[in-house]
Amino acid sequence: MTSTDTQRAIDAVWRIESPRIIAGLARMVRDVGIAEDLAQDALVAALEQWPQSGVPDNPGAWLMAAAKHRAIDHFRRNARLERKHEELGREMEEKEMAVPDFAAALDDNVGDDLLRLVFISCHPVLPSEGRVALTLRLLGGLTTEEIARAFLVPEPTVAQRIVRAKRTLAEKHVPFEVPRGEELAARLSSVLAVIYLIFNEGYAATAGDDWLRPALCEDALRLGRILAELAPQEPEVHGLVALMEIQASRARARVDESGAPILLLEQNRAGWDQLLIRRGLAALAQARSLGPVAQGSYVLQAEIAACHARARTAEETDWPRIVTLYEALSQIAPSPVIDLNRAVAVSMAFGPAAGLEAVDALTAEGALENYHLLPSVRGDLLKKLGRLEEARAEFERAAALTRNARERQLLLGRAGACVADATPSDSE
Amino acid sequence: MRVMVMVKANKESEAGVMPSPKLLAEMGKFNQELIQAGVMLAGDGLHPSSKGKRVKFSGQQRTVIDGPFSETKELVGGYWMWQVRSMEEAVEWLKRAPFDRETEVEIRPVFEAADFAR
Repeated sequence: MTSTDTQRAIDAVWRIESPRIIAGLARMVRDVGIAEDLAQDALVAALEQWPQSGVPDNPGAWLMAAAKHRAIDHFRRNARLERKHEELGREMEEKEMAVPDFAAALDDNVGDDLLRLVFISCHPVLPSEGRVALTLRLLGGLTTEEIARAFLVPEPTVAQRIVRAKRTLAEKHVPFEVPRGEELAARLSSVLAVIYLIFNEGYAATAGDDWLRPALCEDALRLGRILAELAPQEPEVHGLVALMEIQASRARARVDESGAPILLLEQNRAGWDQLLIRRGLAALAQARSLGPVAQGSYVLQAEIAACHARARTAEETDWPRIVTLYEALSQIAPSPVIDLNRAVAVSMAFGPAAGLEAVDALTAEGALENYHLLPSVRGDLLKKLGRLEEARAEFERAAALTRNARERQLLLGRAGACVADATPSDSE
Repeated sequence: MRVMVMVKANKESEAGVMPSPKLLAEMGKFNQELIQAGVMLAGDGLHPSSKGKRVKFSGQQRTVIDGPFSETKELVGGYWMWQVRSMEEAVEWLKRAPFDRETEVEIRPVFEAADFAR
Protein backbone atom coordinates (compact mmCIF):
# COMPACT_ATOMS: atom_id res chain seq x y z
CA MET A 1 0.00 0.00 0.00
CA THR A 2 1.35 3.43 -0.90
CA SER A 3 0.89 6.30 1.50
CA THR A 4 -1.90 7.77 -0.67
CA ASP A 5 -3.69 4.42 -0.54
CA THR A 6 -3.36 4.39 3.22
CA GLN A 7 -4.61 7.96 3.37
CA ARG A 8 -7.67 7.06 1.31
CA ALA A 9 -8.29 3.95 3.39
CA ILE A 10 -8.13 6.08 6.53
CA ASP A 11 -10.64 8.51 4.98
CA ALA A 12 -13.01 5.62 4.30
CA VAL A 13 -12.65 4.22 7.81
CA TRP A 14 -13.22 7.69 9.22
CA ARG A 15 -16.39 8.15 7.21
CA ILE A 16 -17.75 4.86 8.46
CA GLU A 17 -16.69 5.17 12.08
CA SER A 18 -16.67 8.86 12.97
CA PRO A 19 -20.40 9.34 13.67
CA ARG A 20 -20.40 6.49 16.19
CA ILE A 21 -17.16 7.63 17.79
CA ILE A 22 -18.26 11.26 18.06
CA ALA A 23 -21.68 10.23 19.36
CA GLY A 24 -20.16 7.99 22.04
CA LEU A 25 -17.66 10.63 23.08
CA ALA A 26 -20.32 13.33 23.18
CA ARG A 27 -22.23 11.34 25.74
CA MET A 28 -19.09 11.02 27.86
CA VAL A 29 -17.95 14.61 27.72
CA ARG A 30 -21.37 16.22 27.20
CA ASP A 31 -20.04 18.57 24.56
CA VAL A 32 -20.25 17.90 20.85
CA GLY A 33 -17.37 20.26 20.04
CA ILE A 34 -15.00 18.59 22.49
CA ALA A 35 -16.18 15.18 21.32
CA GLU A 36 -15.32 15.99 17.74
CA ASP A 37 -11.93 17.38 18.77
CA LEU A 38 -11.14 14.20 20.67
CA ALA A 39 -12.25 12.04 17.75
CA GLN A 40 -10.09 14.15 15.43
CA ASP A 41 -7.13 13.58 17.76
CA ALA A 42 -7.68 9.85 17.36
CA LEU A 43 -7.77 10.32 13.60
CA VAL A 44 -4.49 12.26 13.69
CA ALA A 45 -2.93 9.40 15.66
CA ALA A 46 -4.10 6.99 12.96
CA LEU A 47 -2.68 9.20 10.25
CA GLU A 48 0.67 9.19 12.04
CA GLN A 49 0.83 5.50 12.82
CA TRP A 50 -0.98 3.60 10.09
CA PRO A 51 1.24 4.59 7.17
CA GLN A 52 4.11 2.84 9.05
CA SER A 53 2.28 0.08 10.88
CA GLY A 54 -0.30 -0.57 8.19
CA VAL A 55 -4.05 -0.28 8.63
CA PRO A 56 -5.04 -2.46 11.62
CA ASP A 57 -7.33 -5.46 11.09
CA ASN A 58 -10.12 -3.79 12.99
CA PRO A 59 -9.55 -0.10 12.28
CA GLY A 60 -12.88 0.94 13.79
CA ALA A 61 -12.03 -0.61 17.13
CA TRP A 62 -8.56 0.93 16.98
CA LEU A 63 -9.99 4.42 16.45
CA MET A 64 -12.59 3.91 19.14
CA ALA A 65 -9.96 2.78 21.64
CA ALA A 66 -7.69 5.71 20.77
CA ALA A 67 -10.61 8.11 21.16
CA LYS A 68 -11.57 6.57 24.51
CA HIS A 69 -8.07 7.06 25.87
CA ARG A 70 -8.15 10.67 24.85
CA ALA A 71 -11.55 11.15 26.42
CA ILE A 72 -10.36 9.67 29.69
CA ASP A 73 -7.25 11.88 29.63
CA HIS A 74 -9.44 14.87 28.96
CA PHE A 75 -11.69 13.87 31.79
CA ARG A 76 -8.85 13.41 34.30
CA ARG A 77 -7.30 16.69 33.26
CA ASN A 78 -10.55 18.50 33.85
CA ALA A 79 -11.12 16.72 37.09
CA ARG A 80 -7.70 17.84 38.36
CA LEU A 81 -8.32 21.41 37.28
CA GLU A 82 -11.72 21.57 38.79
CA ARG A 83 -10.73 19.89 42.00
CA LYS A 84 -8.86 23.07 42.82
CA HIS A 85 -12.26 24.56 43.45
CA GLU A 86 -13.08 23.04 46.76
CA GLU A 87 -16.81 23.11 46.35
CA LEU A 88 -16.56 21.06 43.17
CA GLY A 89 -13.87 18.74 44.37
CA ARG A 90 -16.04 16.03 45.79
CA GLU A 91 -18.31 15.85 42.79
CA MET A 92 -15.39 15.59 40.41
CA GLU A 93 -13.80 12.81 42.40
CA GLU A 94 -17.02 10.89 42.10
CA LYS A 95 -16.97 11.48 38.39
CA GLU A 96 -13.38 10.34 38.10
CA MET A 97 -14.28 7.17 39.95
CA ALA A 98 -16.90 6.67 37.32
CA VAL A 99 -14.44 6.88 34.41
CA PRO A 100 -14.25 3.12 33.73
CA ASP A 101 -18.03 2.98 33.57
CA PHE A 102 -18.11 5.80 31.10
CA ALA A 103 -15.61 3.99 28.94
CA ALA A 104 -17.62 0.79 29.04
CA ALA A 105 -20.74 2.74 28.23
CA LEU A 106 -19.16 3.93 25.00
CA ASP A 107 -19.76 0.56 23.43
CA ASP A 108 -23.36 0.29 24.58
CA ASN A 109 -26.34 2.12 23.22
CA VAL A 110 -24.54 3.22 20.08
CA GLY A 111 -27.90 3.73 18.42
CA ASP A 112 -29.15 5.97 21.22
CA ASP A 113 -25.99 8.05 21.07
CA LEU A 114 -26.27 8.44 17.29
CA LEU A 115 -29.87 9.53 17.63
CA ARG A 116 -28.86 12.09 20.25
CA LEU A 117 -26.19 13.33 17.87
CA VAL A 118 -28.78 13.70 15.11
CA PHE A 119 -31.09 15.71 17.34
CA ILE A 120 -28.40 18.00 18.70
CA SER A 121 -26.95 18.69 15.22
CA CYS A 122 -30.40 19.78 14.03
CA HIS A 123 -31.25 21.70 17.20
CA PRO A 124 -33.56 24.70 16.69
CA VAL A 125 -31.18 27.03 18.61
CA LEU A 126 -28.92 26.79 15.56
CA PRO A 127 -29.50 28.68 12.32
CA SER A 128 -30.47 26.53 9.37
CA GLU A 129 -27.02 26.63 7.70
CA GLY A 130 -25.43 25.67 11.00
CA ARG A 131 -27.71 22.64 11.32
CA VAL A 132 -26.94 21.54 7.77
CA ALA A 133 -23.19 21.96 8.12
CA LEU A 134 -23.03 20.24 11.50
CA THR A 135 -25.19 17.33 10.34
CA LEU A 136 -23.12 16.71 7.22
CA ARG A 137 -19.92 17.04 9.18
CA LEU A 138 -20.76 14.95 12.25
CA LEU A 139 -23.15 12.40 10.77
CA GLY A 140 -22.35 12.41 7.07
CA GLY A 141 -18.60 12.33 7.71
CA LEU A 142 -17.99 15.11 5.17
CA THR A 143 -15.05 17.42 5.53
CA THR A 144 -15.53 21.17 5.78
CA GLU A 145 -14.06 21.50 2.30
CA GLU A 146 -16.51 18.98 0.84
CA ILE A 147 -19.48 20.77 2.43
CA ALA A 148 -18.23 24.09 1.04
CA ARG A 149 -17.86 22.70 -2.48
CA ALA A 150 -21.27 21.03 -2.35
CA PHE A 151 -23.02 24.21 -1.23
CA LEU A 152 -21.00 26.57 -3.45
CA VAL A 153 -19.75 28.66 -0.52
CA PRO A 154 -16.19 29.45 0.56
CA GLU A 155 -14.60 26.94 2.92
CA PRO A 156 -13.97 29.49 5.73
CA THR A 157 -17.70 30.26 5.71
CA VAL A 158 -18.55 26.63 6.40
CA ALA A 159 -15.79 26.38 9.01
CA GLN A 160 -17.26 29.45 10.72
CA ARG A 161 -20.76 27.97 10.67
CA ILE A 162 -19.53 24.79 12.32
CA VAL A 163 -17.49 26.62 14.97
CA ARG A 164 -20.40 28.92 15.78
CA ALA A 165 -22.86 26.04 15.92
CA LYS A 166 -20.69 24.10 18.36
CA ARG A 167 -20.15 27.21 20.47
CA THR A 168 -23.89 27.93 20.56
CA LEU A 169 -24.66 24.39 21.68
CA ALA A 170 -22.09 24.69 24.49
CA GLU A 171 -23.13 28.19 25.58
CA LYS A 172 -26.81 27.35 25.66
CA HIS A 173 -26.06 24.11 27.52
CA VAL A 174 -28.13 22.16 25.03
CA PRO A 175 -28.49 18.70 26.58
CA PHE A 176 -27.23 15.68 24.65
CA GLU A 177 -30.49 13.77 24.69
CA VAL A 178 -33.38 12.46 22.65
CA PRO A 179 -36.33 14.79 23.23
CA ARG A 180 -39.45 13.25 24.69
CA GLY A 181 -43.16 13.90 24.81
CA GLU A 182 -44.49 16.97 23.11
CA GLU A 183 -41.03 18.29 22.29
CA LEU A 184 -40.24 15.23 20.17
CA ALA A 185 -42.54 16.08 17.27
CA ALA A 186 -41.16 19.59 16.84
CA ARG A 187 -37.55 18.47 17.17
CA LEU A 188 -38.06 15.59 14.77
CA SER A 189 -39.58 17.89 12.21
CA SER A 190 -36.42 20.04 12.42
CA VAL A 191 -34.28 16.95 11.76
CA LEU A 192 -36.40 15.93 8.78
CA ALA A 193 -36.32 19.47 7.39
CA VAL A 194 -32.50 19.51 7.54
CA ILE A 195 -32.24 16.19 5.71
CA TYR A 196 -34.75 17.22 3.06
CA LEU A 197 -32.97 20.54 2.62
CA ILE A 198 -29.71 18.69 1.94
CA PHE A 199 -31.52 16.44 -0.52
CA ASN A 200 -33.07 19.36 -2.38
CA GLU A 201 -29.75 21.16 -2.61
CA GLY A 202 -28.39 18.09 -4.36
CA TYR A 203 -31.48 17.78 -6.54
CA ALA A 204 -31.07 21.39 -7.68
CA ALA A 205 -27.57 20.66 -8.99
CA THR A 206 -27.17 21.07 -12.73
CA ALA A 207 -24.93 19.52 -15.33
CA GLY A 208 -21.34 20.69 -14.99
CA ASP A 209 -21.62 21.21 -11.25
CA ASP A 210 -19.03 19.73 -8.94
CA TRP A 211 -19.99 16.04 -8.41
CA LEU A 212 -20.23 16.75 -4.70
CA ARG A 213 -23.45 18.69 -5.32
CA PRO A 214 -25.58 15.89 -6.78
CA ALA A 215 -23.90 13.58 -4.25
CA LEU A 216 -25.79 15.54 -1.56
CA CYS A 217 -28.89 13.58 -2.62
CA GLU A 218 -27.09 10.38 -1.70
CA ASP A 219 -25.84 11.90 1.54
CA ALA A 220 -29.38 12.91 2.46
CA LEU A 221 -30.76 9.51 1.51
CA ARG A 222 -28.15 7.81 3.60
CA LEU A 223 -28.93 10.06 6.59
CA GLY A 224 -32.63 9.35 6.12
CA ARG A 225 -32.08 5.60 5.97
CA ILE A 226 -29.90 5.73 9.08
CA LEU A 227 -32.58 7.75 10.88
CA ALA A 228 -35.26 5.25 9.83
CA GLU A 229 -33.23 2.53 11.57
CA LEU A 230 -32.70 4.68 14.66
CA ALA A 231 -36.32 5.82 14.97
CA PRO A 232 -38.33 3.07 13.25
CA GLN A 233 -41.55 3.96 15.07
CA GLU A 234 -41.83 7.41 13.46
CA PRO A 235 -44.02 7.37 10.32
CA GLU A 236 -42.75 10.73 9.08
CA VAL A 237 -39.17 9.45 9.00
CA HIS A 238 -40.23 6.63 6.68
CA GLY A 239 -42.35 9.13 4.77
CA LEU A 240 -39.33 11.34 4.13
CA VAL A 241 -37.20 8.36 3.11
CA ALA A 242 -39.94 7.21 0.73
CA LEU A 243 -40.24 10.69 -0.75
CA MET A 244 -36.48 10.99 -1.31
CA GLU A 245 -36.10 7.47 -2.72
CA ILE A 246 -38.88 8.05 -5.23
CA GLN A 247 -37.68 11.51 -6.21
CA ALA A 248 -34.14 10.21 -6.60
CA SER A 249 -35.45 7.40 -8.80
CA ARG A 250 -36.21 10.00 -11.48
CA ALA A 251 -32.78 11.64 -11.43
CA ARG A 252 -31.68 10.14 -14.74
CA ALA A 253 -34.92 10.91 -16.57
CA ARG A 254 -35.55 14.45 -15.48
CA VAL A 255 -33.10 16.36 -17.67
CA ASP A 256 -32.39 16.08 -21.37
CA GLU A 257 -28.97 15.88 -23.00
CA SER A 258 -28.56 19.66 -22.92
CA GLY A 259 -29.40 19.69 -19.21
CA ALA A 260 -32.86 21.22 -19.71
CA PRO A 261 -35.48 19.92 -17.29
CA ILE A 262 -38.09 17.43 -18.55
CA LEU A 263 -41.53 17.66 -16.95
CA LEU A 264 -42.61 14.67 -14.89
CA LEU A 265 -45.35 13.60 -17.29
CA GLU A 266 -43.02 13.79 -20.27
CA GLN A 267 -40.20 11.79 -18.72
CA ASN A 268 -39.21 8.44 -20.16
CA ARG A 269 -40.32 6.14 -17.37
CA ALA A 270 -37.95 3.43 -18.53
CA GLY A 271 -35.22 5.68 -17.15
CA TRP A 272 -36.69 5.67 -13.65
CA ASP A 273 -34.63 3.68 -11.22
CA GLN A 274 -36.76 0.69 -10.27
CA LEU A 275 -34.59 -0.24 -7.31
CA LEU A 276 -35.13 3.15 -5.69
CA ILE A 277 -38.85 3.08 -6.52
CA ARG A 278 -39.15 -0.31 -4.86
CA ARG A 279 -37.30 0.98 -1.82
CA GLY A 280 -39.50 4.09 -1.74
CA LEU A 281 -42.71 2.10 -1.91
CA ALA A 282 -41.44 -0.22 0.83
CA ALA A 283 -40.61 2.77 3.06
CA LEU A 284 -44.07 4.17 2.42
CA ALA A 285 -45.68 0.85 3.33
CA GLN A 286 -43.61 0.93 6.52
CA ALA A 287 -44.95 4.41 7.34
CA ARG A 288 -48.50 3.29 6.70
CA SER A 289 -48.11 0.16 8.82
CA LEU A 290 -47.48 2.40 11.82
CA GLY A 291 -51.15 3.24 11.99
CA PRO A 292 -53.87 5.51 10.69
CA VAL A 293 -52.10 8.54 12.13
CA ALA A 294 -49.51 8.25 9.36
CA GLN A 295 -50.75 11.39 7.66
CA GLY A 296 -47.88 13.77 8.14
CA SER A 297 -46.74 16.01 5.31
CA TYR A 298 -43.82 13.79 4.24
CA VAL A 299 -46.01 10.70 4.15
CA LEU A 300 -48.58 12.57 2.05
CA GLN A 301 -45.96 13.92 -0.33
CA ALA A 302 -44.52 10.42 -0.61
CA GLU A 303 -48.00 9.07 -1.37
CA ILE A 304 -48.28 11.56 -4.22
CA ALA A 305 -44.84 10.65 -5.53
CA ALA A 306 -45.83 6.98 -5.26
CA CYS A 307 -48.93 7.57 -7.42
CA HIS A 308 -46.61 8.71 -10.20
CA ALA A 309 -44.09 5.94 -9.55
CA ARG A 310 -46.75 3.25 -9.77
CA ALA A 311 -48.18 4.47 -13.08
CA ARG A 312 -46.51 2.68 -15.97
CA THR A 313 -47.50 5.53 -18.30
CA ALA A 314 -48.46 9.13 -17.56
CA GLU A 315 -52.01 8.31 -18.69
CA GLU A 316 -52.33 5.61 -16.04
CA THR A 317 -51.75 8.09 -13.20
CA ASP A 318 -54.40 7.92 -10.47
CA TRP A 319 -55.26 11.65 -10.58
CA PRO A 320 -58.40 11.53 -8.44
CA ARG A 321 -56.28 10.04 -5.65
CA ILE A 322 -53.65 12.74 -6.12
CA VAL A 323 -56.38 15.39 -5.79
CA THR A 324 -57.45 13.83 -2.48
CA LEU A 325 -53.86 13.69 -1.26
CA TYR A 326 -53.25 17.36 -2.11
CA GLU A 327 -56.43 18.24 -0.24
CA ALA A 328 -55.16 16.36 2.82
CA LEU A 329 -51.77 18.03 2.48
CA SER A 330 -53.33 21.46 2.21
CA GLN A 331 -55.24 20.74 5.47
CA ILE A 332 -52.10 20.12 7.51
CA ALA A 333 -49.74 22.48 5.69
CA PRO A 334 -51.83 25.15 3.97
CA SER A 335 -49.95 26.74 1.09
CA PRO A 336 -51.05 28.32 -2.18
CA VAL A 337 -48.38 26.30 -4.00
CA ILE A 338 -50.01 23.08 -2.81
CA ASP A 339 -53.38 24.47 -3.90
CA LEU A 340 -51.93 25.17 -7.33
CA ASN A 341 -50.66 21.62 -7.56
CA ARG A 342 -54.08 20.44 -6.51
CA ALA A 343 -55.61 22.51 -9.31
CA VAL A 344 -53.32 20.82 -11.83
CA ALA A 345 -54.35 17.41 -10.46
CA VAL A 346 -58.01 18.46 -10.70
CA SER A 347 -57.52 19.33 -14.36
CA MET A 348 -55.91 15.94 -15.01
CA ALA A 349 -58.64 14.09 -13.13
CA PHE A 350 -61.72 16.04 -14.18
CA GLY A 351 -60.71 18.04 -17.24
CA PRO A 352 -59.17 21.46 -17.98
CA ALA A 353 -62.37 23.39 -17.28
CA ALA A 354 -62.55 22.09 -13.69
CA GLY A 355 -58.83 22.82 -13.33
CA LEU A 356 -59.23 26.33 -14.60
CA GLU A 357 -61.99 26.96 -12.11
CA ALA A 358 -59.67 25.90 -9.28
CA VAL A 359 -56.84 28.07 -10.62
CA ASP A 360 -59.12 31.07 -10.95
CA ALA A 361 -60.22 30.65 -7.35
CA LEU A 362 -56.53 30.86 -6.43
CA THR A 363 -55.99 33.89 -8.64
CA ALA A 364 -58.87 35.61 -6.86
CA GLU A 365 -57.11 35.07 -3.52
CA GLY A 366 -54.08 36.88 -4.94
CA ALA A 367 -51.65 34.78 -2.91
CA LEU A 368 -49.50 33.77 -5.88
CA GLU A 369 -49.50 37.08 -7.71
CA ASN A 370 -45.81 36.99 -8.59
CA TYR A 371 -45.36 33.23 -8.87
CA HIS A 372 -44.59 32.35 -12.49
CA LEU A 373 -46.12 28.90 -12.28
CA LEU A 374 -49.62 30.33 -11.76
CA PRO A 375 -49.87 31.96 -15.23
CA SER A 376 -47.91 29.02 -16.65
CA VAL A 377 -50.51 26.52 -15.37
CA ARG A 378 -53.35 28.81 -16.38
CA GLY A 379 -51.85 29.11 -19.87
CA ASP A 380 -51.69 25.33 -20.13
CA LEU A 381 -55.33 24.92 -19.22
CA LEU A 382 -56.49 27.71 -21.54
CA LYS A 383 -54.54 26.12 -24.35
CA LYS A 384 -56.20 22.77 -23.73
CA LEU A 385 -59.56 24.55 -23.85
CA GLY A 386 -58.61 26.05 -27.22
CA ARG A 387 -58.46 29.61 -25.86
CA LEU A 388 -55.10 30.18 -27.55
CA GLU A 389 -54.92 33.97 -27.45
CA GLU A 390 -55.50 34.03 -23.69
CA ALA A 391 -53.07 31.15 -23.29
CA ARG A 392 -50.34 33.05 -25.14
CA ALA A 393 -50.79 36.07 -22.87
CA GLU A 394 -50.47 33.86 -19.77
CA PHE A 395 -47.28 32.16 -21.02
CA GLU A 396 -45.77 35.56 -21.74
CA ARG A 397 -46.72 36.78 -18.28
CA ALA A 398 -45.13 33.67 -16.77
CA ALA A 399 -41.96 34.23 -18.84
CA ALA A 400 -41.71 37.77 -17.50
CA LEU A 401 -42.03 36.53 -13.92
CA THR A 402 -39.50 33.70 -13.88
CA ARG A 403 -35.90 34.39 -12.92
CA ASN A 404 -34.61 31.21 -14.54
CA ALA A 405 -33.33 31.87 -18.07
CA ARG A 406 -33.90 28.31 -19.29
CA GLU A 407 -37.44 28.34 -18.00
CA ARG A 408 -38.12 31.72 -19.59
CA GLN A 409 -37.01 30.35 -22.94
CA LEU A 410 -39.30 27.36 -22.51
CA LEU A 411 -42.28 29.57 -21.64
CA LEU A 412 -41.70 31.95 -24.55
CA GLY A 413 -41.53 28.91 -26.80
CA ARG A 414 -44.92 27.79 -25.57
CA ALA A 415 -46.32 31.28 -26.07
CA GLY A 416 -45.04 31.17 -29.64
CA ALA A 417 -46.57 27.73 -30.19
CA CYS A 418 -49.98 29.17 -29.32
CA VAL A 419 -49.65 31.58 -32.23
CA ALA A 420 -48.38 28.85 -34.56
CA ASP A 421 -51.27 26.57 -33.57
CA ALA A 422 -53.77 29.37 -34.18
CA THR A 423 -52.65 29.70 -37.83
CA PRO A 424 -52.33 26.14 -39.16
CA SER A 425 -49.50 25.72 -41.63
CA ASP A 426 -49.64 23.76 -44.91
CA SER A 427 -48.06 20.73 -43.38
CA GLU A 428 -51.04 20.16 -41.09
CA MET B 1 -21.95 6.16 -5.92
CA ARG B 2 -23.46 2.74 -6.25
CA VAL B 3 -21.46 -0.45 -6.41
CA MET B 4 -22.34 -4.04 -7.10
CA VAL B 5 -20.53 -6.45 -4.83
CA MET B 6 -20.35 -9.90 -6.39
CA VAL B 7 -19.67 -12.93 -4.28
CA LYS B 8 -18.17 -15.73 -6.31
CA ALA B 9 -19.52 -19.25 -6.26
CA ASN B 10 -17.52 -22.10 -4.77
CA LYS B 11 -17.72 -25.88 -4.72
CA GLU B 12 -20.15 -25.90 -1.79
CA SER B 13 -22.45 -23.24 -3.19
CA GLU B 14 -22.47 -24.99 -6.55
CA ALA B 15 -23.32 -28.26 -4.79
CA GLY B 16 -26.27 -26.52 -3.19
CA VAL B 17 -24.79 -26.80 0.31
CA MET B 18 -26.17 -24.00 2.47
CA PRO B 19 -23.68 -21.93 4.47
CA SER B 20 -23.25 -22.97 8.11
CA PRO B 21 -25.76 -21.55 10.62
CA LYS B 22 -22.87 -19.67 12.18
CA LEU B 23 -21.95 -17.96 8.91
CA LEU B 24 -25.60 -17.22 8.16
CA ALA B 25 -26.03 -15.60 11.56
CA GLU B 26 -22.88 -13.56 11.13
CA MET B 27 -23.92 -12.54 7.64
CA GLY B 28 -27.27 -11.44 9.01
CA LYS B 29 -25.49 -9.28 11.53
CA PHE B 30 -23.24 -7.82 8.85
CA ASN B 31 -26.26 -7.02 6.65
CA GLN B 32 -27.92 -5.33 9.61
CA GLU B 33 -24.82 -3.18 10.05
CA LEU B 34 -24.91 -2.23 6.38
CA ILE B 35 -28.58 -1.30 6.63
CA GLN B 36 -28.04 0.74 9.79
CA ALA B 37 -25.31 2.66 8.03
CA GLY B 38 -27.63 3.37 5.11
CA VAL B 39 -25.25 1.51 2.79
CA MET B 40 -27.16 -1.56 1.66
CA LEU B 41 -29.73 -1.06 -1.09
CA ALA B 42 -30.31 -4.67 -2.04
CA GLY B 43 -28.71 -8.08 -1.82
CA ASP B 44 -29.53 -11.70 -2.57
CA GLY B 45 -27.98 -15.11 -2.73
CA LEU B 46 -28.28 -17.12 -5.94
CA HIS B 47 -29.19 -20.74 -6.44
CA PRO B 48 -26.41 -22.96 -7.86
CA SER B 49 -25.82 -22.77 -11.61
CA SER B 50 -27.45 -26.21 -12.01
CA LYS B 51 -30.73 -24.33 -11.69
CA GLY B 52 -29.60 -21.65 -14.14
CA LYS B 53 -29.75 -21.30 -17.88
CA ARG B 54 -27.75 -19.39 -20.45
CA VAL B 55 -28.87 -17.99 -23.75
CA LYS B 56 -26.12 -17.89 -26.33
CA PHE B 57 -26.39 -15.25 -29.05
CA SER B 58 -24.86 -15.70 -32.45
CA GLY B 59 -26.19 -13.43 -35.15
CA GLN B 60 -29.91 -14.12 -35.29
CA GLN B 61 -29.53 -17.48 -33.62
CA ARG B 62 -30.31 -18.06 -29.94
CA THR B 63 -29.28 -21.26 -28.21
CA VAL B 64 -30.43 -22.11 -24.71
CA ILE B 65 -27.85 -23.90 -22.56
CA ASP B 66 -28.85 -25.59 -19.32
CA GLY B 67 -26.68 -25.37 -16.22
CA PRO B 68 -24.62 -26.40 -14.37
CA PHE B 69 -21.71 -24.40 -15.73
CA SER B 70 -18.22 -25.61 -15.11
CA GLU B 71 -16.01 -22.59 -14.48
CA THR B 72 -17.03 -22.32 -10.80
CA LYS B 73 -14.67 -19.48 -9.95
CA GLU B 74 -16.19 -17.25 -12.61
CA LEU B 75 -19.74 -17.81 -11.41
CA VAL B 76 -21.59 -15.38 -9.20
CA GLY B 77 -23.11 -16.89 -6.08
CA GLY B 78 -24.68 -13.77 -4.66
CA TYR B 79 -24.59 -10.01 -4.81
CA TRP B 80 -25.14 -6.78 -2.92
CA MET B 81 -25.99 -3.31 -4.14
CA TRP B 82 -24.36 -0.72 -1.92
CA GLN B 83 -24.42 3.02 -1.89
CA VAL B 84 -21.08 4.34 -0.75
CA ARG B 85 -19.08 7.51 -1.01
CA SER B 86 -16.05 5.94 -2.70
CA MET B 87 -14.52 2.65 -3.80
CA GLU B 88 -12.33 2.83 -0.70
CA GLU B 89 -15.42 2.91 1.47
CA ALA B 90 -16.79 -0.13 -0.36
CA VAL B 91 -13.49 -1.98 0.18
CA GLU B 92 -13.53 -1.05 3.85
CA TRP B 93 -17.05 -2.42 4.29
CA LEU B 94 -16.27 -5.56 2.34
CA LYS B 95 -13.24 -6.31 4.52
CA ARG B 96 -15.65 -6.54 7.42
CA ALA B 97 -17.77 -9.23 5.78
CA PRO B 98 -17.67 -12.49 7.78
CA PHE B 99 -16.63 -14.89 4.99
CA ASP B 100 -14.70 -17.65 6.69
CA ARG B 101 -13.36 -19.71 3.81
CA GLU B 102 -11.20 -18.97 0.83
CA THR B 103 -13.27 -16.88 -1.50
CA GLU B 104 -13.03 -13.83 -3.69
CA VAL B 105 -15.50 -10.99 -3.81
CA GLU B 106 -15.51 -8.38 -6.54
CA ILE B 107 -16.65 -4.74 -6.30
CA ARG B 108 -17.71 -2.94 -9.46
CA PRO B 109 -19.02 0.63 -9.67
CA VAL B 110 -22.41 0.97 -11.36
CA PHE B 111 -22.74 3.39 -14.28
CA GLU B 112 -24.48 6.58 -13.20
CA ALA B 113 -26.16 9.41 -15.08
CA ALA B 114 -22.96 11.46 -14.85
CA ASP B 115 -21.03 8.71 -16.67
CA PHE B 116 -23.31 9.09 -19.68
CA ALA B 117 -23.19 12.88 -19.67
CA ARG B 118 -19.62 12.88 -21.02
